[in-house]
Amino acid sequence: MANFLLNLDPNHQFYCLVGGVAILLLIASSIGWVLKSRLNQQPNPSEKSRKTIDNLVVRVNAWWVMLAVLVVAFLGGTLGTVILFGAISYFALREFITLTPTRTGDHRTLSLAFFLLIPLQYYLIYIEWYALFTILIPVYAFLLMPCISVLAQDTEHFLERAAKIQWGVMIAIYCISHAPALLLLKIPNYDGHNTLLLFYFLLIVQLSDVLQYVFGNLFGKTKVAPIVSPNKTLEGLIGGGLSAVCVGALLWWITPFTPLQSAGMAAVIVIMGFLGGLVMSAIKRSLGAKDWGNMIEGHGGMLDRMDSVSFAAPIFFHLVRYFFTA
Amino acid sequence: MLSNVVRVSLIGLVKLLIGAHPRWIEAAPDLRQTPAQSIYFTNHSSHLDTWALWVALPAVMRARTRPVAAKDYWGNGVIKPFIALKVLNAVLIEREVSRHRDPLAPLLAALAEGDSLIIFPEGTRRAQAEPGNFKGGLFHLAEAFPAVKLVPVYLDTLHRSMPKGSWLPVPLICTVRFGSAMALQANEHKKVFLNRAREAILKLI
Repeated sequence: MANFLLNLDPNHQFYCLVGGVAILLLIASSIGWVLKSRLNQQPNPSEKSRKTIDNLVVRVNAWWVMLAVLVVAFLGGTLGTVILFGAISYFALREFITLTPTRTGDHRTLSLAFFLLIPLQYYLIYIEWYALFTILIPVYAFLLMPCISVLAQDTEHFLERAAKIQWGVMIAIYCISHAPALLLLKIPNYDGHNTLLLFYFLLIVQLSDVLQYVFGNLFGKTKVAPIVSPNKTLEGLIGGGLSAVCVGALLWWITPFTPLQSAGMAAVIVIMGFLGGLVMSAIKRSLGAKDWGNMIEGHGGMLDRMDSVSFAAPIFFHLVRYFFTA
Repeated sequence: MLSNVVRVSLIGLVKLLIGAHPRWIEAAPDLRQTPAQSIYFTNHSSHLDTWALWVALPAVMRARTRPVAAKDYWGNGVIKPFIALKVLNAVLIEREVSRHRDPLAPLLAALAEGDSLIIFPEGTRRAQAEPGNFKGGLFHLAEAFPAVKLVPVYLDTLHRSMPKGSWLPVPLICTVRFGSAMALQANEHKKVFLNRAREAILKLI
């Protein structure tokens, strides 16, 4: 079985993966239907379980849409993938800046962040200019954004405004862009397979989130960080995290890793994703909001879905680059 | 045909840029019934205001809702009048007060035909989201058409998206908050009414 999958060409491996995810979603959708019809047969169903089940159904439906969008983008090759992640960065930054108190003096800086920085960062991935891709935001944007703001001569909360804009740009553009940047890595004996590595990464991050939610709902008792994120439990983290690591190990055949390495990489992704979720939740709360937005029904905003991606992507990218590229 | 294509594209563009999500303070309007004729009045801080409110309305209501716009700005050239008259179906008014004509006449005519209106009672854009003092127009319309619902609307982020003097917008999510409808009370003084209307928007903040 493993040998068979290993020897498939990357396109067929990709279809196997999409098929696998579609089967998972089909199971999830069926569970939703069964739970819903069972609830409707009960004489007086409780409002709480109705809400939980409705939320489950809505979430799974949103997953179908997200899978479809992802597959279409991947079929569009590097260009399609880069455009998809550019759009994700755009919506993520829009959510971040909407909640961030900025002033008129930041207007030009912000316009440029949206309409110059996002296209430029993703264009650099597209033309595979790695050196500039890694420093464009931490060096050039870091220095030039406050230079543009300062021209408006508004010193009120200047440091806070500059810092918050830089955080938003780092998370929403720089960090998220490291996921599609996996496509520009030159890994020996892995030519033409990089899309699979990106798929692997996204699958582990999102599966880890979903499984932590499922395990948390089923067995959750001990809250990990009740003030920052009341839904995260130790049981969810351990159960969901370990299952995601197992899936990671089982998917070694689409990666340049051995099964053990693949489990290790998945563990890093799970831990960074978990911590990223916590940090982004704390930021959200310090900005006075519960959800980043309402773009993806049942999930909240784009950043609610991408918080773990933004923290896991750069670390995963650099681990692969350091240990697996020539 | 062309105007329909432009309309759909512009609605898509507005959503991509500022979201323009409606939030109804009371129950959302029942779209199976004929929507009540209304005057939506809102705070004015950017060129995106009309677009946000117009896009946030459900399509059936949008079809009968006409923004009120300044003739001196929208009446010139080829593209602006096309967008104002064909795409938005706007009612154009003179901003300069003339002694010979009632500047509100086009609005009264639109209301008489059963259309709803989008108006900015302050008359001009401000740097802040909080509305300034209202001009008398809203009062005169309410007096002439007491049956038309007066719906206060608050636009929350547009003063940051496109402040006066800027030419590139910043894409921020705008939530268009529709408040509960109010009406002119019997013998209500103009100043009292206009203050009450302004308060109704402030309450939505």
